[in-house]
Amino acid sequence: MQPTCHAFKENAHAALNDATLQRAISKLGFQAARAAAVARLPEFEALRDRGRDIKNHVLENLDFYLERFEAKVRERGGEVHWCRTPAEAREAVLAICRGVGARTVTKGKSMIGEEIAINDYLAANGITPIETDFGEYIIQLRHEPPSHIIAPAIHLTKDQVSDTFLESHRQYGKTRRLAEPGEMLAEAREILREKFIAADVGITGANFLVAETGSSFIVTNEGNGDLTQTLTKAHIVLATPEKLVPTLEDATTLLRLLARSATGQEMSVYTTMSTGPRRPDDLDGPAAYHVVILDNGRTALLGTEFQDILRCIKCAACLNHCPVYNTIGGHAYGWVYPGPMGSVLTPAILGVEEAGDLPNATTLCGRCESVCPMRIPLPKMLRHWREREYEKGLSPPRYRAGLRVWAWFAKRPGLYHLAARFGMSVLGALGRRKGRFHRLPFAGGWTSGRDMPAPEGPTFHALWAARGDGAGA
Amino acid sequence: MKIGFFVTCLVDLFRPTVGFAAVKLLEEAGCTVEVPRAQTCCGQPAYNSGDKADAKDIARAVISAFEPYDYVVAPSGSCAGMIKVHYAELFADEPAWAQRARALARRTYELISFLVDICGVDAVDARYNGTATYHDSCSGLRELGVKAQPRKLLASVEGLTLKELPGTEVCCGFGGTFCIKYPEISTRMVDDKIKDVANTGADTLLAGDLGCLLNMAGRLAREGSPIKVRHVAEVLADMGRVPAIGEPLA
Repeated sequence: MQPTCHAFKENAHAALNDATLQRAISKLGFQAARAAAVARLPEFEALRDRGRDIKNHVLENLDFYLERFEAKVRERGGEVHWCRTPAEAREAVLAICRGVGARTVTKGKSMIGEEIAINDYLAANGITPIETDFGEYIIQLRHEPPSHIIAPAIHLTKDQVSDTFLESHRQYGKTRRLAEPGEMLAEAREILREKFIAADVGITGANFLVAETGSSFIVTNEGNGDLTQTLTKAHIVLATPEKLVPTLEDATTLLRLLARSATGQEMSVYTTMSTGPRRPDDLDGPAAYHVVILDNGRTALLGTEFQDILRCIKCAACLNHCPVYNTIGGHAYGWVYPGPMGSVLTPAILGVEEAGDLPNATTLCGRCESVCPMRIPLPKMLRHWREREYEKGLSPPRYRAGLRVWAWFAKRPGLYHLAARFGMSVLGALGRRKGRFHRLPFAGGWTSGRDMPAPEGPTFHALWAARGDGAGA
Repeated sequence: MKIGFFVTCLVDLFRPTVGFAAVKLLEEAGCTVEVPRAQTCCGQPAYNSGDKADAKDIARAVISAFEPYDYVVAPSGSCAGMIKVHYAELFADEPAWAQRARALARRTYELISFLVDICGVDAVDARYNGTATYHDSCSGLRELGVKAQPRKLLASVEGLTLKELPGTEVCCGFGGTFCIKYPEISTRMVDDKIKDVANTGADTLLAGDLGCLLNMAGRLAREGSPIKVRHVAEVLADMGRVPAIGEPLA
């Protein structure tokens, strides 16, 4: 997908003025669900520590675990494909599909699939991709990107989905406009059932890759992932290096954090582990098992101030609790990963030149970090991106100039207090009668939506000095 | 206990009343309060804008000015959090300064939590006729754990009824320079906040950080709301009769 992070302000403007979108995102219930799930598990905080430690250990020893994983996958008859770039990953996937003569491919939910825009690529090469996660299915019909990493169609209202189904399902003889989500789900399921049976290749993501067994884990609430990966000739897992965990035990520790943090469930409805292709005495399963591991700039973050973002397990708790995400929705961020985790990861992948707005468009309120199951210091890393931008001279010139003038005074207390005393006495006198300003020069950003309360007039330091009992200069 | 009072730039410039309220509360709690002249700002605007060099210069000045005191107290969770949490991070690559920053951090507190947790204050001698709601400012809440302390002291104010604000832990949209860099998003966030405030039926909105208060007061005023906005210290220090934030002064 073509990023529009550089147009963040325009995107956000459109989102704020889109009444339907605002209606759709005003009712998200993830926060309460998470809070209830966490309250029911006394060891949740200890689990967060454990989760953080597991991933930190993996990141410190990533080369070891990646090689161990590859060896185990091979032992079980599977194959690992190492891809540095999205283009390499797309080619790897296409080659596997061509190898089995694929005409249609079913897909479970995969953010890496979005990152490499695999659907467009397969379609351009004559292979039809079919999304089978209900949310992904809806947005595929609408030719839209996901707006949330676990609830891709969360930006849509029920009515919009009704309209989309009516329009897209006509070709299957479905001409009744459906009103209830249950009916829509049933209709999609009926159509998808045929697609599952006809598909040649199944592509899924991975929540975890387990080094000790060479297994991949996925969690879903619909069971679509299971059909995707077991009914086809080949199962392709799209993953990234930091998905590795050392052992099955570690994977289960992280599973205890994942669903609770994401949807407030104790476990997702389906947790499925795949280890290699179908064995001779298995009743079903794919004939081939491929793991495509895409780096796309991630390992370059090791050893930098951004390493901690690689602990992310994509639960979306940070999105769900972000006051900015909850105000503008996911599309405004302009690429695959929205919200706080996206505002850290996107500049790392696309460059801070493209995505420079994202780390700035946050109040650093810290709610994301307070709910992150992996204790990722998201505000700190957002600030690190701002440092990179400042060093590169990417912040707007007027803003930099203002900051420089302010800092010059802030470093000279004597002059600062003098200037403050003068400035506030003028502003205070002007604002006395009304107590506030409707407009102020150089403060358009503030006064476009708010009045500026007038200062009381004298500064505290002036009054304190007049009181005469301060500690000298 | 000798307190170095960190006024904060916004209190110095916009609302000295908050500073005097804080001094009164500290003195009533038995503290000796001094106000070092060499202070301006904690450096957060530079720090959050990626300008580490200026942030460090300002931080060094604050550390030097406040080292002689037993405690540093600020009427703001945001500025206290900057000194207590972020100075040490800022000097991660300068061990000598990092050590001084950590030493100062251990003695730095937000005003209300200092009164309750360190001075052991559990009631104040104040009266305020009205119904108030309280917004938890982000830095105080999440960096410093300021949550129960203001509620505890407000419960002792005669005539005051406190109504809890739904979504009190959600940011008001101020975010320092965020509110001028992304005014549209910021305005929507503060709009959501003041709707919640209005729905409580309270006639007064309190918080412990002047940035958030100016933001919320500014939006309430723009919307023509009669809700009064005050720093929590004003009410606790029995100074709740001066004009509220954004009200006419004469």
